[in-house]
Amino acid sequence: MPSLRRDQVGWLLAGSALTLAPHASHLPPAISALCALLLVWRGFINQRGSRLPHRGLLVVLAAGVVGAVLLEFHQFFGKEPGIALLAGLLSLKLLETDSLRDARAAVLLSFFMQLGQFLYQQNMAIAALALLGTFASIGTLLALQGRAEAFAPRAAAAARLLLQALPLMLVLFLLFPRVQGPLWGLPADAYSAVSGLSDDMRPGDIARVSESAAIAFRAAFEGDPPPPAERYWRGPVLTRFDGRSWRPGPSRRQDQPFYRSSGIARPYTLTLEPHNQHWLLAMDFPGPADGLVYGDDFRLLSREPVRNRLRLELVAHPATPVGLAEDPRTLREALALPPGFNPRTRALGEQLRAAAGRADDIPALAIRHFRDSRLAYTLAPAPLSRNDVDSFLFDTKQGFCEHFAAAFVVTMRAAGVPARVVTGYQGGEINPVDGTLVVRQSDAHAWAEVWLEARGWLRVDPTAASAPRRIDGGLAAALPDMARLPLLARSDLPWLRALRDRVDAVNNSWNQWVLGYNPARQQALVASLGFGDTGWQSLTALMAGSCAVVMGGLTLWALRRMRPGDAIDRSWSRVCRRLAAAGHPRHAWEGPLDYAGRLAREAPEAAPELALIAADYARLRYGPTPADTALLQRFHHSSRKFRPR
Amino acid sequence: MPSRIARRLTDAASRIILGKDHAVRLALACILARGHLLIEDIPGVGKTTLAHVLARLLGLQFQRIQFTSDMLPADIIGVSVFDQRDASFRFHPGPAFAQLLLADEINRATPKAQSALLEAMEERQISAEGQTWRLPEPFFVIATQNPADQIGTFPLPESQLDRFLMRISLGYPDRAAERALLAGEDRRELVAHLPTELQPGELDSLFEAARHIHVGPRLLDYVQALLEHSRAGAGFSLGLSPRAGLGLLAAARAWALLGGRDHVLPEDVQAVLPAVAGHRLRATGDTPLGPDALARRLVEAVPLP
Repeated sequence: MPSLRRDQVGWLLAGSALTLAPHASHLPPAISALCALLLVWRGFINQRGSRLPHRGLLVVLAAGVVGAVLLEFHQFFGKEPGIALLAGLLSLKLLETDSLRDARAAVLLSFFMQLGQFLYQQNMAIAALALLGTFASIGTLLALQGRAEAFAPRAAAAARLLLQALPLMLVLFLLFPRVQGPLWGLPADAYSAVSGLSDDMRPGDIARVSESAAIAFRAAFEGDPPPPAERYWRGPVLTRFDGRSWRPGPSRRQDQPFYRSSGIARPYTLTLEPHNQHWLLAMDFPGPADGLVYGDDFRLLSREPVRNRLRLELVAHPATPVGLAEDPRTLREALALPPGFNPRTRALGEQLRAAAGRADDIPALAIRHFRDSRLAYTLAPAPLSRNDVDSFLFDTKQGFCEHFAAAFVVTMRAAGVPARVVTGYQGGEINPVDGTLVVRQSDAHAWAEVWLEARGWLRVDPTAASAPRRIDGGLAAALPDMARLPLLARSDLPWLRALRDRVDAVNNSWNQWVLGYNPARQQALVASLGFGDTGWQSLTALMAGSCAVVMGGLTLWALRRMRPGDAIDRSWSRVCRRLAAAGHPRHAWEGPLDYAGRLAREAPEAAPELALIAADYARLRYGPTPADTALLQRFHHSSRKFRPR
Repeated sequence: MPSRIARRLTDAASRIILGKDHAVRLALACILARGHLLIEDIPGVGKTTLAHVLARLLGLQFQRIQFTSDMLPADIIGVSVFDQRDASFRFHPGPAFAQLLLADEINRATPKAQSALLEAMEERQISAEGQTWRLPEPFFVIATQNPADQIGTFPLPESQLDRFLMRISLGYPDRAAERALLAGEDRRELVAHLPTELQPGELDSLFEAARHIHVGPRLLDYVQALLEHSRAGAGFSLGLSPRAGLGLLAAARAWALLGGRDHVLPEDVQAVLPAVAGHRLRATGDTPLGPDALARRLVEAVPLP
């Protein structure tokens, strides 16, 4: 079997390296280093023209790769060990590759590994890297197929091929029938690294979430975005308090809101990053929408955990009165305090109740008390004792939003006002580039809700009492210790923020138009093309039709390029085609006179007039250029009439 | 009419060299393309006769050197002799100073003697004793050699083979030609009485006509595709040089002239390809291919553009 040329191995190595390099971000370092070493070794062999390693050594190396994967993951099943194993095997394969067949197998594996990157991330950078790898693999296939050629023309040919694939890719992307969620089940480790709120809260939990600058969701408002004080995005509502942690109470769910929306309406598009939970973080209070679930704690929920980026069209009615006729059981739950905890705060509550004439005044009194206590808002509060609300309110006086919210709710309950903690996000930042509101994990927040007779549940944000700028200007404005914030959430580096805004805007459109292209959007597109019925059958038919059109167009284009451009060649090709159909094809290398001569000997009955046509063609095609028009007309005429028997 | 003259020449030559029309035509094309010719064959098939016939027909001044292993360069190019009268060296031109030089059995001579001749072929001049003498115009070499696997020969290296535009072989005559040969007159007699076919100046006009045969862009595409495939395509370990490409085109022009056409067709290129490329190409693989097989391998790999 012929061995590979040096340039072929070079392309193969470049393609494999470009394919494997992006995997280094998630592969164990030992595996990455091993792959790099094997690639460098193969490159060295190619450079020196020395022999490939002995098969026995390769077997030992393969066992080493398998062992390394086993050592890292303790199993072979699942995404991570699978990809690690394939990366090692691809690198090893190159060390035994010295024939076309092996090289093609390696290219095939490279294509698969480029796809494998998307199992980890689907952002634009990964797409660009995968595209680069695909480009190199196509270049490799070209090098394997053709003769040796310099880098630039080969790369140009590969780029041209990619470009030609573009229309087909677009058709398949737009029209391939889509299903909600992933097509195949992902292994159990797929969602292990999702960050965000959880459905219970202990002191310090929200602060921990706040340290991440990752995007929680984006909201694009139709018209002006609401003022910062209205931007409360509701997550878990926590009613049960056991002295240490807060948990949600029992809640009822239905597919209609538990309130009648009224007041100003703010339509917006919510693009939620996956967080593997049911809640949808809608802004208070979402109006009716199809296919979603409403909790009696006014949360908007989805039926499935959010495991893919989710795009929702929602309407918020911030001024809606909620919970006017609240279930007595819920209210009882919202008054319960565990016995034996926080005696000083309970005393404060009873004191406030006595001071206020009516229940409606108690929250305001408590807020005033909080403000007068000069509580400090900080990401790194001093450690608290067992009675953490007491020690926050009366001793350390340092806390993050969850301390404020918990202390306020305990005070309210002690004063006999039903109250609960609401977690979620508050604020967010308008990206000046595309006008969307970007809400990050650092915007995670906890606030309180109190229930008053005839007024229902009312939002009270005790954090605002001590750090009003948290609500208006975000976390960075409210915190004195900037340095602990994630770099991208800091406000003292304007150029960095500008850059981040731009990158966010680009990422957002990528998410909206590429990753967020879901069945609903597909149906909207198909409907806008004028196809009413959008079942998968009609989609499939539409896709097949479009593919046929694209392929037909490309074929026609290729034929036009391949087939002789001018009329003389077309006429001669027609003559040759007819003769081929009659069983006498011309060899690709055969000149016209030779062809005519051969047919005159082999099948004189087939085409007695061929000799003349061939001679005319030879003269017109190869003779001095201004051939006389009579000859040209004779040639066209006779070739049109030409019918071989 | 140059093409009519060319026809006359081929007819006349074919009357003496029986059954070898194609080889005769190739030899004539080689000369019309102003290239040197190498005839490779076993002894006694008419190599020398062919050279004689061409010289006679074209009216060229003819010289013959029989190469031997003890030959010196001076035996070819000439020697300086001391002249007592004017007490100086005078150069006595050797047999190379001819219009058509028949170098018989060139592979019998040592490489030193071979290279003296080959240098003259390339430069069309001779340098000796610090002086340069131009060779007559035109100047052709027809060299013959026995196949290299015979005993006591010095095969020509590739660089020197490349100086010959064509390498042809004659082969045994077929049955009818052999019969005519045996029954007919002595060939030597026939050659001796062969009249010159050309009027003075007609040979120059033939050269001129061959140079001006039209070559279209499509044909250049084809020749380039052939050259490229011979260099980079599968099947060849040694490709055609640019000089070979120029030679191929010149030979195809002469071939078209002999065919009575004013433009070159791919068929012309294919017809001269075995003779022009056979001694320059080398195929991959262990078994050496003959010139026809080599040319066929190249031709069949390159479709007409």
